Amino acid sequence: MNKNGFLLEMNNITKEFPGVKALDDVTLKVRAGTVHALMGENGAGKSTLMKCLFGIYKQDAGEIILNGKKVDISDSKVALDNGISMIHQELHPVPHRSVMENIWLGRFPTKSYGPLKFVDHKKMYQDTEKLFQDLNMDIKPDIAAGNMSVSKVQLMEIAKAISYNSKVIIMDEPTSSLTENEVEHLFKIIHALKNRGVAIIYISHKMEEILKISDEVTIMRDGKKIGTWPASELTTDMIISRMVGRDLTNRFPERSNKPGEVVLKVEGLTSPFAKSFHDVSFELRKGEILGVGGLVGAQRTELVEALFGLRSIQSGKIFINGREVKIKSPIDAIKHKIALLTEERRVTGIFPVLSVLDNTVIANLGRYIKPYLLLDEKKKKKDAGRSIEKLRVKTPSFKTLIKDLSGGNQQKVLLARWLLTEPEILILDEPTRGIDVGAKYEIYTIIADLAKQGKSIIMISSEMPELMGMSDRIMVMCEGHLSGFVDGKDATEEEIMRLATQFIA
Amino acid sequence: MNKLNAKNIKEFLSQNAIYIVLAVLVVAIAIRDPRFLSITTFRDILLQNSTRAIIALGVAFILITGGVDLSSGRVVGLTAVLSASMLQTSDYVRRFYPDMPDLPLWLPILLAILAGLIVGLINGFIVSKFSVPPFIATLGTMVMVYGVNSIYFDLPPNDSQPIGGLRGDFTNLGSGHFLSIPIIVIIAIIISIIVWIIFNKTRLGKNMYAIGGNKEAAKVSGINVGRTLLILYAIAGALYALAGVLEAARTGGATNNYGNMYELDAIAACVVGGVSTSGGIGTVPGVLAGVLIFGVINYGLTFIGVNPYWQLIIKGLIIVTAVAFDIRKYISKK
Repeated sequence: MNKNGFLLEMNNITKEFPGVKALDDVTLKVRAGTVHALMGENGAGKSTLMKCLFGIYKQDAGEIILNGKKVDISDSKVALDNGISMIHQELHPVPHRSVMENIWLGRFPTKSYGPLKFVDHKKMYQDTEKLFQDLNMDIKPDIAAGNMSVSKVQLMEIAKAISYNSKVIIMDEPTSSLTENEVEHLFKIIHALKNRGVAIIYISHKMEEILKISDEVTIMRDGKKIGTWPASELTTDMIISRMVGRDLTNRFPERSNKPGEVVLKVEGLTSPFAKSFHDVSFELRKGEILGVGGLVGAQRTELVEALFGLRSIQSGKIFINGREVKIKSPIDAIKHKIALLTEERRVTGIFPVLSVLDNTVIANLGRYIKPYLLLDEKKKKKDAGRSIEKLRVKTPSFKTLIKDLSGGNQQKVLLARWLLTEPEILILDEPTRGIDVGAKYEIYTIIADLAKQGKSIIMISSEMPELMGMSDRIMVMCEGHLSGFVDGKDATEEEIMRLATQFIA
Repeated sequence: MNKLNAKNIKEFLSQNAIYIVLAVLVVAIAIRDPRFLSITTFRDILLQNSTRAIIALGVAFILITGGVDLSSGRVVGLTAVLSASMLQTSDYVRRFYPDMPDLPLWLPILLAILAGLIVGLINGFIVSKFSVPPFIATLGTMVMVYGVNSIYFDLPPNDSQPIGGLRGDFTNLGSGHFLSIPIIVIIAIIISIIVWIIFNKTRLGKNMYAIGGNKEAAKVSGINVGRTLLILYAIAGALYALAGVLEAARTGGATNNYGNMYELDAIAACVVGGVSTSGGIGTVPGVLAGVLIFGVINYGLTFIGVNPYWQLIIKGLIIVTAVAFDIRKYISKK
């Protein structure tokens, strides 16, 4: 430890990606034996900062000082060798290999026979068993990681990060898939680690967790550091306002939509898979914005993907304008005037190397077919141009590849794409994820306008303020079950959280 | 209880599908002609497929990392020509090197294996250093290796004549016996055991599975992915080279067209044997069973007089159906 009492200092870290300054002169100082929470909205740069610390990214400027010594972390191996380990936000199991192989990956114990070195399976098994015993986790060392539940995989990753006996452990959303009991258990483990002098950098969106577990809190916004405070001096509201950085009252546009008659009615929708959605019934009205809340794993995405024909259903009925319909594929869904803006924009939304124009019209090419099967370029451009203008997409030209636009503009192009199919029911799955704050407001305005025009909207969101600020009604799910509805206007965060955790053991 | 049994049987069938297919094939052919079941048949099939097995094991390394290696067949051709050109009898009239003294047997073999290893290193270097997709990288080296081999083969005084007159100690590797077991089969078995040990008992093997199963996980666990790939491609190249040497020894000659299309046979044997083309999955017994399935088809169908063109159609069907069934184990249904 150096003279200032900091085990780890990240000084003036800057990291740029094409088109975005992900980190702008960020400084983070962490003391040994403490939990240092890192907070900020999606895209604030928390994970990027941690990836620089763990050698996944290389910062463009700035230095990392560990134990008073400057270190150059060129890859993850260097980080691990320097006593830094990480629980990754995206879980990283090697699915077909055993739990123990996953844990000791990169440092398998070996036995030597003369010049030959073989992996020592027996020691590996025993070490794994001991590790789980010490951490009081009930996981078998020799089952395939891919056969375990998500929460078990997360526990495995936690155990793995701890098994390095590191001085610094980065925990990037370690509780995203854990049950309440498992979270309590993790907190006990964290206390033990603190007592051993380990510094923990803890990233989470869950306010209560942060205030309960952390000693200090650093808040980031738009790639910049806002400040560091002792956790004891902070309240949830203070954290939120510093994360958001502006007056909370004006985050959402005025809405003047008037919900009308029922357009979509879902009765007892049940997935063939036991862990997925079960017996979900709800109604959606014309011009209504129905928010869908819940924790990760609540099966909200699965539910709307089933509505859009991407997933099979075992039982249940779907009525559109009072008539029962069968939706077996997205083609059926589009025919019934349903559109789905998917959660993973990059994976299931944009065609990165196609132009803005092609990305806009691609769901609707049938409309532009001339005789002899050629496409009517003129009409394509006219339609695309009109909707791009309407949604105020900022793009240098039609020919620009969509991957070169910002996240917010990409999302607007995708919205334009679906609006060209003239949907009556728009399903938006996390419509503002990974979008910067300014663009969020524009997306909200578009959503509010669409509802006013009489489009019916289902909006999944994991951001409480967004859910409460934009929805007429909020449907809350938990573990695949529908746990209840709350009115958008007088919903409270506590009430939604209570419903969202209703069925969690 | 009954239901449980049915489920167990289904599980057993799907887990051991390749071995069952192999058994069914043998039985079906034997029913048509019981003479098929003989020591001679057995030995001939093993003899014919020893080099195929070594190539397929090499390809398995690469497939398990999530890559593919198209260069294997042409490396076989290169090393067959290289080793044969240096191992001709001194009284043969059209020697490749007319005035070269007899070399010790191990030297040309070692040189040939080294050549294969270098091609493998080049593959690995292109893949890991420049992030060229393995399909493209090895497509490039495949074409280049054929070019290099053809230039060498065309050198005067050989001028693209088939290389023959191989020394007895060399051809003995391909046709000789030890305790009445063909030497080439013994070599293939030893190689299989070594590869099995690498796959299951060494860090290298486990890192190979990890890279194929989840490259990001391997990286953040501190594995040097680039170096590991380099080593794996080099081992694979050395295995193809050994197979090329043995192919020359077995057939008593070599031309630059040796090994043509072997890469596709090897990939077919691997995938039929349960190696996943998306990486992370594959076993040595599986690969060997895959090789044997094609060996039995080639030998057995000819044995009972099936038209060779029909054999091609049957082989193609087996590739597609085997993988279609096998993949069901891994597809996560929506």
